[in-house]
Amino acid sequence: MELYLQSISVLNYFRNKIYKNNYLIMKILICISKTPDTTSKIAFTDNNSKFSTDGVQWIINPYDEWYALVRAIEIKEAYPSTVLHLVNVGGVESEPIIRKALALGGEEAIRVNSDVADSFYVASQIAHIAKEGYYDLIFTGKETIDYNGSSIGGMIAEFLDIPFISHAVKFDISDGNALVVREIEGGEEIDSAPFPLVVSCQKGMAEQRIPNMKGIMGSRTKPLKVVEPIEISPLTSVVSFDLPPAKAGVKLVSADHPEELVRLLNEEAKAI
Amino acid sequence: MSVLIFIDIAEGKIKKASFEAASYGAEIAQQLGTSASAIVLGKSDELSTLGNYGISKVYNLSNESLHHFDAQVFTKLIADANETIGANVFVFSNTTTGKSIAPRLSVRLKAGLVSGAVDLPDTTNGFVVKKSVFSGKAFAHIAINSEIKIIALNPNSISVIKTEGVAEIVDLNLEIPTAKIAVQAVNKIIGDVPLSEADIVVSGGRGLKGPENWGIVTDLAKLLGAATACSRPVSDIHWRPHHEHVGQTGLAIAPNLYIAIGISGAIQHLAGVNRSKTIVVINKDPEAPFFKAADYGIVGDAFEVVPKMIDAIKKLKESV
Ligand SMILES: Cc1cc2nc3c(=O)[nH]c(=O)nc-3n(C[C@H](O)[C@H](O)[C@H](O)COP(=O)(O)OP(=O)(O)OC[C@H]3O[C@@H](n4cnc5c(N)ncnc54)[C@H](O)[C@@H]3O)c2cc1C
Repeated sequence: MELYLQSISVLNYFRNKIYKNNYLIMKILICISKTPDTTSKIAFTDNNSKFSTDGVQWIINPYDEWYALVRAIEIKEAYPSTVLHLVNVGGVESEPIIRKALALGGEEAIRVNSDVADSFYVASQIAHIAKEGYYDLIFTGKETIDYNGSSIGGMIAEFLDIPFISHAVKFDISDGNALVVREIEGGEEIDSAPFPLVVSCQKGMAEQRIPNMKGIMGSRTKPLKVVEPIEISPLTSVVSFDLPPAKAGVKLVSADHPEELVRLLNEEAKAI
Repeated sequence: MSVLIFIDIAEGKIKKASFEAASYGAEIAQQLGTSASAIVLGKSDELSTLGNYGISKVYNLSNESLHHFDAQVFTKLIADANETIGANVFVFSNTTTGKSIAPRLSVRLKAGLVSGAVDLPDTTNGFVVKKSVFSGKAFAHIAINSEIKIIALNPNSISVIKTEGVAEIVDLNLEIPTAKIAVQAVNKIIGDVPLSEADIVVSGGRGLKGPENWGIVTDLAKLLGAATACSRPVSDIHWRPHHEHVGQTGLAIAPNLYIAIGISGAIQHLAGVNRSKTIVVINKDPEAPFFKAADYGIVGDAFEVVPKMIDAIKKLKESV
């Protein structure tokens, strides 16, 4: 750990120096997760203990793709010496989505060859990769659309003992520091933080892009390194899943009598 | 063994979601036959009111420098304070603050975390927490297998239980580390009810045809003390601000009442709102999928129906 911090400060020193000549070298690690397509049927098997992957189309978690990855690509467009690495914890079935992320603009990918046990397990794996790769900036999506954990970014940051800014809607670099606007309940907060740093990204950061032909062709030969996981025990486990109870059915009120709807909301639903 | 609840304050006021967390934590403590205390980092004179939510002790560090939030600093302070408090169940609200601290604390204490909890844990056999997954389309029951457990409770998920009681305030004396993050500004959208905490949400879709027609949505919301929301295309084309976007790729909410006006009810939209207790749909298309997920509905033109609703609510309010 101490050695790591030392090298980080050396890196910071160089980066700041080089930056002053209007030239920024920044290593960005983008965490990419595989999630079911948003239209997937949500069903469970094995006594409701497993998500049924029957007929499921897999996509890059939208927050990772549309916001984290595209913003990182934009940073590289502004500072061409920036290095963009992707990391995914998953089996070989993750490779199509990793290739897509490479087609969009990732330069190199690392797949930690392991099933996903829980967020602590995944964050441990990514933190290990991040430590070895001396990244200045780690981007995640604000959450995955399947487990809605919102935990990976904060966990990685704690493993590395560096700051974490969640729910970022804007990210810029100014005077060698990160300038981040994050959404908070009922407003927004503007933060500045030193590198290295972890940021979780959401809408506002960037606009979704579609990979072009050149990107798709190029992605096939970009390096995709497969590494074995470090040994670590998860802290939680899934017992079972269930679906919300079905609605009783809609009570329709005539468009000529909206006051009847108001009465029902007041007297029956006790909602107003 | 005890339960410790993190209470989030803004400008000295305890947030609504934190009262929910307090009441929830107190219920867990009762279930486990132990006591519930709270930790507050910052200054507030509302602390003793936490007694009304089942909290016996409030640990407080009221230092000016904690006015601005830094998750790294807060995590360390909570972990340090717990060396004497000795809690083994931690409760946060699953808000932007909770989501920044709880994962860090999980790593620091090697404590299993379930975020997005929607119900009390089942402690009959281990410690199993029900949480919302697939953006509200399903629930997962997750066992926390570590000795220390952390739960982040989704806002608007449980009913708050009020009791009589005054909490004892215990001042903490801890060394505060220097924050690495400098908060430069906090911009509040004045007068608006935060969407994630709102009891009632009035939401508009592409059926409203343009931003100039939003008056009926905001008027209805104002009358009901509601927050406003919108579908994704509406925020994509900048008719409404990004932070109003609800659904699978926006905010997931669970208000008591959700009124959808001119929204078709696509699966990605429903994912973020279907945990609402009562759903009302106003849409001119009787085939709109949203009606299948609704409790009440009117098939009709929003521009005629909503103003009439507004009049009826005004009458209702005058009569009471
Ligand atoms: C990966 C992915 C993620 C997505 N995430 C989200 C998300 O998080 N949130 C989200 O909302 N969407 C999301 N979408 C988009 C979603 O699929 C729908 O396209 C979107 O929700 C439709 O928005 P809408 O209902 O406002 O518009 P439309 O589907 O165009 O519906 C407008 C409705 O208004 C009705 N209408 C028209 N005129 C009137 C009138 N005068 N009075 C009353 N009713 C009227 C119409 O009958 C129609 O039902 C996502 C899509 C994808 C592919």
